[in-house]
Amino acid sequence: MPHHGATRRRRHGGERLVLRGPRGVGGVVEGEALVSRHGFSVRYDCDRARGIISRESHDLYGRSIVDKVLVFTTAKGGVASSWMLKDMRARGTAPRAILFRTTNPVLVQGAVLADVPLMHRLTPDPVETIRTGDWVQVDPGRGRVEITRRPR
Amino acid sequence: MRLTKEEREMLRGDRGPACREALTRQMAVGGFFGAKDFVRVRSAHVHCDMEAVDDPGLDYIEALAASGAQCVIPLTTDPRSVDFAFAGELKQDPALVRKEQRVVAALLKMGAVPCNTCITYQSVDQPVFGEHLAWGDTGVVIYANAVGGARSNYEGGPSAIWAALTGRTPRYGYHLDACRRGTVRVDLQVKPRSVSDWGAVGCLVGRRVNDYWQVPVLTGVANSPTPDALKHLGAALASYGSLAMFHLVGITPEARTLTEAFGGKTPPRNRLVVTARHLHQVYDSFVPEKSQPDVIVFGTPQLSLYEIRELAALFKGRRVKEGVTVLLTTNRFFKDMADQLGYTATITASGAKVLTGVCFYLMAARELARRNGFRTLLTDSAKLANTVAGYGYNTVFRPTAACVEAAVAGRVLGG
Repeated sequence: MPHHGATRRRRHGGERLVLRGPRGVGGVVEGEALVSRHGFSVRYDCDRARGIISRESHDLYGRSIVDKVLVFTTAKGGVASSWMLKDMRARGTAPRAILFRTTNPVLVQGAVLADVPLMHRLTPDPVETIRTGDWVQVDPGRGRVEITRRPR
Repeated sequence: MRLTKEEREMLRGDRGPACREALTRQMAVGGFFGAKDFVRVRSAHVHCDMEAVDDPGLDYIEALAASGAQCVIPLTTDPRSVDFAFAGELKQDPALVRKEQRVVAALLKMGAVPCNTCITYQSVDQPVFGEHLAWGDTGVVIYANAVGGARSNYEGGPSAIWAALTGRTPRYGYHLDACRRGTVRVDLQVKPRSVSDWGAVGCLVGRRVNDYWQVPVLTGVANSPTPDALKHLGAALASYGSLAMFHLVGITPEARTLTEAFGGKTPPRNRLVVTARHLHQVYDSFVPEKSQPDVIVFGTPQLSLYEIRELAALFKGRRVKEGVTVLLTTNRFFKDMADQLGYTATITASGAKVLTGVCFYLMAARELARRNGFRTLLTDSAKLANTVAGYGYNTVFRPTAACVEAAVAGRVLGG
């Protein structure tokens, strides 16, 4: 498996990988990964009240994003999403962190308002590297993401 | 980030707690994108309809206003969720209506200009070449950058308010020359015939090039498109591709030549090609579940006076089919003109409604669907066909004239 630049080690019988990138926003968190090969917009794709992906054509359609470390290719669409992470935090339906291959400014502004950790431009590519179900620790201040994967 | 004396004073709280809050948050965003300093902006444009803002956002805006927040530059507002004149008829939630009034009151207290329009550039505030702006609503940003040659990133609602309070924004992205250069070449081998066709081009390109940091360069456009055509092209590129910039070679101000569009570099050999067949495929990709649409919407972005005039001509002397709701959305400026010129009377005589200061997908669209039994939505806006699909609608995109025919016949073709 080509994980360029990734640190790989065994720990607790699992596999450990490290992704690095520029400094993100927000504090250190960890949680279970939910990985998409699509982009993401809170307004266009998400039912905020339930914390579920509601766009029928999305590859995570019907999946809960509550307390997940979300991984998407990019942030899509409108500026409205910048209000919505704060709303989801208040409702208890927010993701724990969001990792993008690359993001637009809107989700970053929203993450800053809502204090949701967010990072992008990680190496290796989080969309290719992280798998749904992985346990992920996100450290935006250090530009570091660590994945722990249980053996199958 | 490097701060000026004035910015250090803001950070110390010399300009009050709201200004300090704003600058602090802006610095976090600037840090994320590696901004070296702030740039002063002439105006800000905020998106804060109640459906997006919701209670925590409302509390935040009201708290800023209560702590003495004052805009130091013009702050215009994007469409709201409610046209107070139609809220009852469309069965909108009274609680939403009341909260909407609170948002407007808080913004007025800060000194904002609540014009409730996503076509500022066609009405209240035109972008000027080379100036820096902090505009929200993706459609106004891409129009300001591409057509006006002004410079703005997507500023989300909170971020645009921060900019209005500090008079500046972090200098990154589309404020910098390097970001504005073309990255992808698109050859247009078809002559779009309507604003919808231009929206279809935007849809097609945006589906293929969907990254905020990409800039498509379109060649093959012989004559300057109308402002409404550019509005629909930009809105669709922004909606499908999250794009903030495009160039039309020979037409938009930073693309007098193909080479200039690519920042003086050799244009890439690879290119996307758009043909008439591709445009048909865009329309065909929106399949109606049933022949009679529940609701037909014109105006995402809001309609210009000329678009209203065109619709008045198409609806003149005709009746909208029983059971079909037809909505037009525009801003206060053009509504007043349309009233005066008799366009509104012609349109409403057909049974269609002309709404002011709103945009359909901002109107708590999921709730609107539930309360009115809306599912199949027909529109001539490529953008709306995209955005509202996330709210559980079966969306169908067709050219303007076809939408009017469907309104009268109660039947949409295709699929």
